[in-house]
Amino acid sequence: MAEADVYPYIPNSVPEVKAQMLRAIGISSVEDIFAEIPDHLRFKGELDVPGPISSEYALRRHVEEILAKNKDCKEFIGFLGGGVYNHFVPSVVTTIMERDEFLTSYVGEAYADHGKWQAQFEYASCLAELLEMDAVNTPTYDWGMAAATAIRMAARISGRSAALVSASVSPDRLSCMKNYGFSALPTFGTVEMDPETGLVDLDDLRAKMTDEIAVFYYENPSFLGAIEHQGSQIAEIVHGRGGVVAAGIDPITLGVLEAPARYGVDIACGDIQSLGIPMSAGGGQGGYVATQDEPKFFHEFPALMFGVTPTIVEGEYGFGEVFFERTSYASREQAKDFLGTMAQLHGIGAGVYLALMGPQGMREVGEGIMQRSAYLARQLDALDGVKAPVLSAPFFKEFVVNFDGTGKTVAEVNKALLERKIFGGKDLSTWFPGLGQSALYCVTEVHTKGDLDALVGALKEML
Amino acid sequence: MAITKVRKNYHQARWDEPMIFELSTPGVRGIIPPAPEAEIVAAVGDVAGGLPEGIRRSAAPALPEVDQKHVLAHYLHLAQETLGSNLHADMSQGTCTMKYNPRVNEDLAADPRFAHVHPWQDDDTMQGILQIYYEFEQIMKAVSGMDRFTLQPGGGAHAVFTAASMIRAYHRDRGEAEQRNEVITTMFSHPCDAASPATAGFKIVTLMPKEDGYPDLDALKAVVGPHTAAIHITNPEDTGIYNPLIEEFVKVVRDAGGVCFNDQANGNVLLGIARTRDAGFDFCHYNLHKTFAVPHGGSGPGTGAMGCREEFAKYLPYPTVEQDEGSGRYYLDFDRPESVGKIKGFLGSAGVVLRSYAWAVMMGPKGLRETAEMSALNNNYFMELVKRIPGITAPYAEGHRRLEECRWSWQELTEETGVGTDDILRRVGDFGLQHYWSSHHPWVVPEPMTIEPCETFSKEDIEEYAAVLAQIAEEAHTDPEMVKLAPHKCAVRKRAAEEELDDPTKWATTWRAYKRKQGMA
Amino acid sequence: MAVKKVGLIVNPIAGMGGRCGLKGTDGAEILARACELGAVAEAPARAELALSRLVGLEDRIKILTVSGLMGEAEAREAGLQPTVLFTTDCDTTTGEHTRRAAREMAAAGVDLILFAGGDGTARDVYAAAGTDTVCLGVPAGCKIHSGVYGINPRNAGDLAALFLQGKVTKVKQAEVMDIDEEAFREGRVSAELYGYLTVPQDEARVQGGKAGRTQSDENALDAISYYLMDTMNADTLYILGTGGTVFGVKRRLGIAGTLLGVDVTNGRELVAADVTERQLLDLLDQKGGAKAKIVVTVIGGQGYIFGRGNQQISPRVIERVGRDDIIVIATKQKLAALGGKPLLVDTGSEEVNTMLTGYMRVVTGYNEQIVARVSS
Repeated sequence: MAEADVYPYIPNSVPEVKAQMLRAIGISSVEDIFAEIPDHLRFKGELDVPGPISSEYALRRHVEEILAKNKDCKEFIGFLGGGVYNHFVPSVVTTIMERDEFLTSYVGEAYADHGKWQAQFEYASCLAELLEMDAVNTPTYDWGMAAATAIRMAARISGRSAALVSASVSPDRLSCMKNYGFSALPTFGTVEMDPETGLVDLDDLRAKMTDEIAVFYYENPSFLGAIEHQGSQIAEIVHGRGGVVAAGIDPITLGVLEAPARYGVDIACGDIQSLGIPMSAGGGQGGYVATQDEPKFFHEFPALMFGVTPTIVEGEYGFGEVFFERTSYASREQAKDFLGTMAQLHGIGAGVYLALMGPQGMREVGEGIMQRSAYLARQLDALDGVKAPVLSAPFFKEFVVNFDGTGKTVAEVNKALLERKIFGGKDLSTWFPGLGQSALYCVTEVHTKGDLDALVGALKEML
Repeated sequence: MAITKVRKNYHQARWDEPMIFELSTPGVRGIIPPAPEAEIVAAVGDVAGGLPEGIRRSAAPALPEVDQKHVLAHYLHLAQETLGSNLHADMSQGTCTMKYNPRVNEDLAADPRFAHVHPWQDDDTMQGILQIYYEFEQIMKAVSGMDRFTLQPGGGAHAVFTAASMIRAYHRDRGEAEQRNEVITTMFSHPCDAASPATAGFKIVTLMPKEDGYPDLDALKAVVGPHTAAIHITNPEDTGIYNPLIEEFVKVVRDAGGVCFNDQANGNVLLGIARTRDAGFDFCHYNLHKTFAVPHGGSGPGTGAMGCREEFAKYLPYPTVEQDEGSGRYYLDFDRPESVGKIKGFLGSAGVVLRSYAWAVMMGPKGLRETAEMSALNNNYFMELVKRIPGITAPYAEGHRRLEECRWSWQELTEETGVGTDDILRRVGDFGLQHYWSSHHPWVVPEPMTIEPCETFSKEDIEEYAAVLAQIAEEAHTDPEMVKLAPHKCAVRKRAAEEELDDPTKWATTWRAYKRKQGMA
Repeated sequence: MAVKKVGLIVNPIAGMGGRCGLKGTDGAEILARACELGAVAEAPARAELALSRLVGLEDRIKILTVSGLMGEAEAREAGLQPTVLFTTDCDTTTGEHTRRAAREMAAAGVDLILFAGGDGTARDVYAAAGTDTVCLGVPAGCKIHSGVYGINPRNAGDLAALFLQGKVTKVKQAEVMDIDEEAFREGRVSAELYGYLTVPQDEARVQGGKAGRTQSDENALDAISYYLMDTMNADTLYILGTGGTVFGVKRRLGIAGTLLGVDVTNGRELVAADVTERQLLDLLDQKGGAKAKIVVTVIGGQGYIFGRGNQQISPRVIERVGRDDIIVIATKQKLAALGGKPLLVDTGSEEVNTMLTGYMRVVTGYNEQIVARVSS
């Protein structure tokens, strides 16, 4: 190896350049700078870390060899969902998200970064049309964080400190909500699910909804896939006691499902990963929170909001931060939400996706998904010992499949399916023991009839 | 030798671009989703049509209807109107460490054997990504000296929040949760060191700096006590000043029964130079989208890698990534009864971890050290050039050196000319440079500017930036209007009505709100 | 935009003392010495510079001013057409002229009084106009301790222009201080809090990127007030000091407190307003052994918590209440503006000053405190 290593990512690592800079500063080495650190706190020796792999080619081979140990939903047929979904990613979306301009920008002012602000504004605007709500935040980490944010907002709006959550929401999201919501909402209660339909048990909601409850949160479709069509009744019950209605809604359903604004949802939230963002082992998430543009709700957003505003040139669109301050006594605990780097790039991607799809694309994808999932459920139900769907409410892309009649556990079934290059549905037996040996199957527009038939065939063979 | 050039003739692309909604014509299609096969349709019919009223979509969403080429062109125009850090010497965004984001890492993340992985797949089918998580955790342990890491938090503030949740659980288990309700931080630490623990339910006590700009140990001693849950402190602070008494700070808090968290958002300059554990800390975090060369994405996705000592590991969010000693097989451990639960879905931002791993192994131990040394050297070279500009000062730490960045003050120039830092940062954009970061609020340093020339910038980049600042300082005297009305060469001109952004009858965060408030159809 | 009325007052001799080390120009004798030493009037030029920023708004503003160098000359020089309220024949103008001008302008209902001068001028404007009229100072004196000025003449002009156009709408109370010049020349700094002027709030219009913008004073005051309200005991005597921040709390508590005076409550009920030291001691006596607390804020640019405008809270009162029961409140911005310098105390008693030095927690929000050094 040469005496001094020169790095492609560090132009000044060339010895002559370094020497020039040291001379200009008037020091003999960088040690003169690090003299600010007490000697006994200095790390001596070399870090015990792998590398270097200096050549780009060798680096690629190294990492690709590791990635080769993965199986994926392109090679296999996957039926997993639960918050990360295998939806189609249009090339134009990838092209735009890859652009260095967007990819490597950060928090520049809306002049040199004007394009990013406009792209973000357009994303928020497209989502707003799906929801029919006027105010949408810049994306937060994911659905769990969005739901947690929504209930904290509800606590501030209502001045109350207890939350009610439907029994059929995602257990992982519920954990996030409790973690994040704790300081504002120390009490969480559950509203039962009707075991037949999978819908929210309205009687139980009525019984548990009191004047102490800040918010009722449910998901639509529910975590178990049921499409909740009692939205207006839910809203009536909750609003009747002065509470806030928060709902977690997958935006890809909104070409065929009603806008939540029309059935009494005050705060909508969810994940935008379905809108053209690759799964990336769970790294494609982005959370949205939306309300109407009314002071009571708008003022409780913790996030940055990008607003369109005029510049000194007539007719030109400029952007800036919309700033508002919470001043009500109920929201006196200021700065109780933190801001930071979240998931903006995915917002831009989702915006491009929605612009490509338009209303017709959204309707078609929704209709097609519902047809495919209905088809699969029917085929599975025809198998001996298998019941699908377990819940009777209509479903969008996910539904519960029960294997109790087969004598096999979901774990056994999924293991066998793996050998046939199929990822079976998520095992629900620990989270929802009342459902027995059940799994959550997810079907999207990427599944062909061949894919669905392959699953049915594989199951028929093994059961 | 490369030349140093101030881009006097620069102009950003200026497309005068309409909103995507203004490019919409009813009936136009941008992309056709795959249709289900005829047999499926025949078998089930119009399923969506059978939904009960009240949940069936009653009015089509008013999304734009634009053909594919025009969608692409529109967003390419917006991209050209955005100044990503890979395009220029983005030393502007101080504390953000805007280093080069290697393209090879993007190619790796696009590999279908990563992009098409579902995080709920059987562990045996995810050995690749689990190995990367495991090995990267080992790298973080070596860099920091900590015993365990979680790679789930979605950003720095999130990592700080996760630590605060774990610290809360720790005190709860010792029966001291009620009593220990205060978290201490400093004025020059990152604001999330206050905001995140506040979200976790703590009272926040912030220490003012001493007159020389250093954190005040006596102030700490005056407030630490039985109410102290933790200290959350950034070192070096956002001023670029390293706190030589950091060990004493830790000791004072430990002696009082509190836990110590080190925010290493500015840790780029300490790689291989100093480890947070050696100063006695219990917790720390690094921003992978800063120090580990992962793109910032316009503000995410990112990751705050949070580390802790073994004593606290039981509280880590689930799942953790483990390796079976015998078989070498990697697996996810969900069986963690004392975990604080989930703070983010699934495994976190896996793409960020993948890119971080790739960068770290490419650099190796010497490369990491070179990174740290060069960020210190680059900053001090920059300071050497900039301190000569009349009207600018580097307050505090007289006689000491900054590490990787400096918070400057334009106060002198402002008093002489009336041109302030917000004018100067807008004018910087006219030279093909990003508008620089001033400071978090409230401004302790008046008319602030925070610049971080990390290791991927060249000597010429630094000279260019300093020359631009010198020119603008000159303009403040000779042609102040030029600066005050900047930017002139960016995609758009200066905002004309800032007050409307505070006015509920005027502000609009979506197109539909805008149309409504402007009285458009 | 409806036509706005602007009152303009220039103190032509402001600043003449500073250049030749005389530290001010209060008094004819000192002024004469200044002229002997070759001091040149600078205030007119500074005023013109500020006024030049209003060019472009001429058709929408009406300038009311005084003849000659007290405003008329500067306005014309800047290209504006002023209306003269009254003429002065004197060679040199006095504080009385300033006060008369401010009085007449306030009576005429001006939207803004723009004045060029130092603390002495600010004092005169306050004495005549009080807090009902919005004012803004163009810095032009050598005593600039008040918080009523723009950072420099150009910026003061810009801020005035923005305010008149309705682009800046928030206002805040800024302290009017004045140093005793005699004492200053003898090497002692002794500033007094004279009062408050209502000035446009010049928040930095820099977008915060990842951290949001500055909290407004009003919002910070809400948070501080709610925190105090939530932690107040019904049974405790609260000695509420002077200053804008404490006054904000008094307002939110709903008590008829005073801006420049010390008021006392029992819990949230007002017990006595604008009290003297004697009255405070009596009230403490009556309370017997029960709890009392003092609530003070940071006065002036130097950061005084005792000794400027709240001398009623005397060393004896402070000793009786005790250091631990002193609650200091202030906005984060106020503390940040000290730039690391300590809070100051000047109670008049060395002993009590020493007792107060050290570190104190300052309430800056709800469940938020900043630890500041206290020095004497």
